[in-house]
Amino acid sequence: MSAVEATSQTTGAADPSASPATTGPLLDRFAAEGRSALVGYLPVGYPSVPGSVDAVRALVDAGADVVELGMPYTDPVMDGPIIQRAVDHALRGGTRVRDTLAVVEQVAGRGAPVLVMTYWNLVLRYGVEAYARDLAAAGGAGLITPDLIPDEAAEWIAASDAHGLDRVFLVAPSSTPERLASTVAASRGFVYAASTMGVTGERATVGSRAQALVADTRAAGAAHVCVGVGVSTPAQATQVASYADGVIVGSALVRTLVDAPDEATGIDRLAQLTSELAAGVRAADRPASGGAGR
Amino acid sequence: MTADVGGRPLVPGQEPRLGSLATHVGPYWGEFGGRFVPEALIAALDELDTAYHKALADPAFGAELARLHRTYTGRPSPLTEVPRFAAHVGEGVRVFLKREDLNHTGSHKINNVLGQALLVKRLGKTRVIAETGAGQHGVATATAAALLGLECTVYMGEEDTQRQALNVARMRLLGAEVVPVTIGTRTLKDAINEALRDWVANVETTHYLLGTVTGPHPFPEMVRDFHKVIGEEARAQLLAEIGRLPDAVAACVGGGSNAMGIFNAFLDDEDVRLFGFEAGGRGLGHGDHAARFQGGAPGVLHGARSYLLQDEDGQTIPSHSVSAGLDYPSVGPEHSWLHDIGRATYLPVSDDEAMDAFRLLCRSEGIIPAIESAHALAGAIQIGAQAAQWSNEPVVLVNLSGRGDKDVATAARWFGLLGDDDGEGDR
Repeated sequence: MSAVEATSQTTGAADPSASPATTGPLLDRFAAEGRSALVGYLPVGYPSVPGSVDAVRALVDAGADVVELGMPYTDPVMDGPIIQRAVDHALRGGTRVRDTLAVVEQVAGRGAPVLVMTYWNLVLRYGVEAYARDLAAAGGAGLITPDLIPDEAAEWIAASDAHGLDRVFLVAPSSTPERLASTVAASRGFVYAASTMGVTGERATVGSRAQALVADTRAAGAAHVCVGVGVSTPAQATQVASYADGVIVGSALVRTLVDAPDEATGIDRLAQLTSELAAGVRAADRPASGGAGR
Repeated sequence: MTADVGGRPLVPGQEPRLGSLATHVGPYWGEFGGRFVPEALIAALDELDTAYHKALADPAFGAELARLHRTYTGRPSPLTEVPRFAAHVGEGVRVFLKREDLNHTGSHKINNVLGQALLVKRLGKTRVIAETGAGQHGVATATAAALLGLECTVYMGEEDTQRQALNVARMRLLGAEVVPVTIGTRTLKDAINEALRDWVANVETTHYLLGTVTGPHPFPEMVRDFHKVIGEEARAQLLAEIGRLPDAVAACVGGGSNAMGIFNAFLDDEDVRLFGFEAGGRGLGHGDHAARFQGGAPGVLHGARSYLLQDEDGQTIPSHSVSAGLDYPSVGPEHSWLHDIGRATYLPVSDDEAMDAFRLLCRSEGIIPAIESAHALAGAIQIGAQAAQWSNEPVVLVNLSGRGDKDVATAARWFGLLGDDDGEGDR
């Protein structure tokens, strides 16, 4: 395994020919080209650990630009029913924290940076520094941490600095300007904007506050802002991609696997939806910045 | 762990003792506490913290809460000496019960609920949500919502809705919506997960009326403050009755609100030993108990860092207790701190010991306790053996946190009192 490329900032000229382990250089390049990224979420261990490797490979091959790999947890308070059901199944199937690192290693070379989405106790228990070290060694890009705010993250900030990992914190429509500023300052890679007040899941419309939140987060200094929670259709993806650097889809993708009669059909449907979402993201009308960042 | 550390000097090299333990405030108690929640909730927690401290500084708030406690809750709750029960604790030991079971709605839970419900009015919110295990906190919340004209939704694990069916009906009578939670272990832990999900989605109109001294700051501090009236009253009542402080204070600890409520007034009295009794369940094996200080390790659940039952990956281990109210895998962060600095001692009480103490109080004193509180009674019997070393006439203060009406069906099955039952029903 090659050494992880340590990219410390989201700005700066990225080498477009490189396959960066972290998300900043990729999003810099996309911004220059005037396109938004599709970020696809799947949980490790659904329908099985090897099955989730197949699913993630299908996700990347069908056009996901960034992978968000969920580490199953017993108490996922930011997740709605679809993801709860899938991670419950994964845990009953015996999925372990170390399986996540193994899956990262198996999918990291596929051409898309792989972020791990995890509730904080799993990393605390593993050891924050040890987890950062092993994630970097496996080729992972960093962490998305739904229940860790920067105020509580000193140990993770130090460890992610030491290992050159992204740290994706969340902002919400309820975040004050002060909190947007401190969260942006602590983030690396991109900032995850929750489109609506609520847990993950499909919704008929993407929260109208999402666009304003993205603008406010940029105004607070963020180079890249991706939008998640409630995005499920190609049309929504197009709409969100017109103003955000990335479109994060989770529950809708997981549903293709959950609802399928068998694993092979699930993967076909997952690939189908992913390519439709990718086309939706790429159909967005977005000016090329012609340079890095914004 | 040694049992007799309550009241001894603090462990050297640990938390420096800066002033009073009783007035320590959040967000951190040593390495415990904090705010491990989604960013979406931070604005609401800040708003609550601000409103709470403004209310504390406002004499009108304190006066209104005191008036409600006097005219509605029935405070002060009595202090009852129980000599026939005490005979089973130890020779010459005097036992006093702080009668939170006599409060309106049947437990200490109303103390915190009325305080938070008054805050909700100040916040201008119109809806409250709550989690409940045994149903005591849900009933108290539904009661306060009816009293103050608030919409109320209570999340309750499906397993608990079955073992506490009477309290489900009670909440519905009071106008609350009761939502059975069918995911995960279907107990209190999962009810809190669902309440947190509801809160994230509805935080602009909704207050999460958290029922114990856990959760993100400011809940552990605020809920303790609303319950400390228990210890303040008991301290004054004992001084009036016997002219001195107790040798030991005993309380059951689920999340730990009744225990913090009675401990707080004695935290700075170094000669008063403090004992918290956790649910030892069927034994200390995996999934059989809720003894966080025996089988747990520091970790994060539901917004706070505290002792937690977790496996080697950090996944939450399901807890078990015959009492739904103690059936929780974590514990309030202030308890974890008091444990680590050696100011309080936490010991497990098994289902069997608790049920024996339950029956003993019924028959010796004519008081049917909540099964949760029966853990504190069994704990008093446990520590009774060492009481003779404390003083010539040892005095134990037990917080009788709730009454057992809700537990009659469980107890009847346990003891085989239903005629066609073999008495092994709940074991």
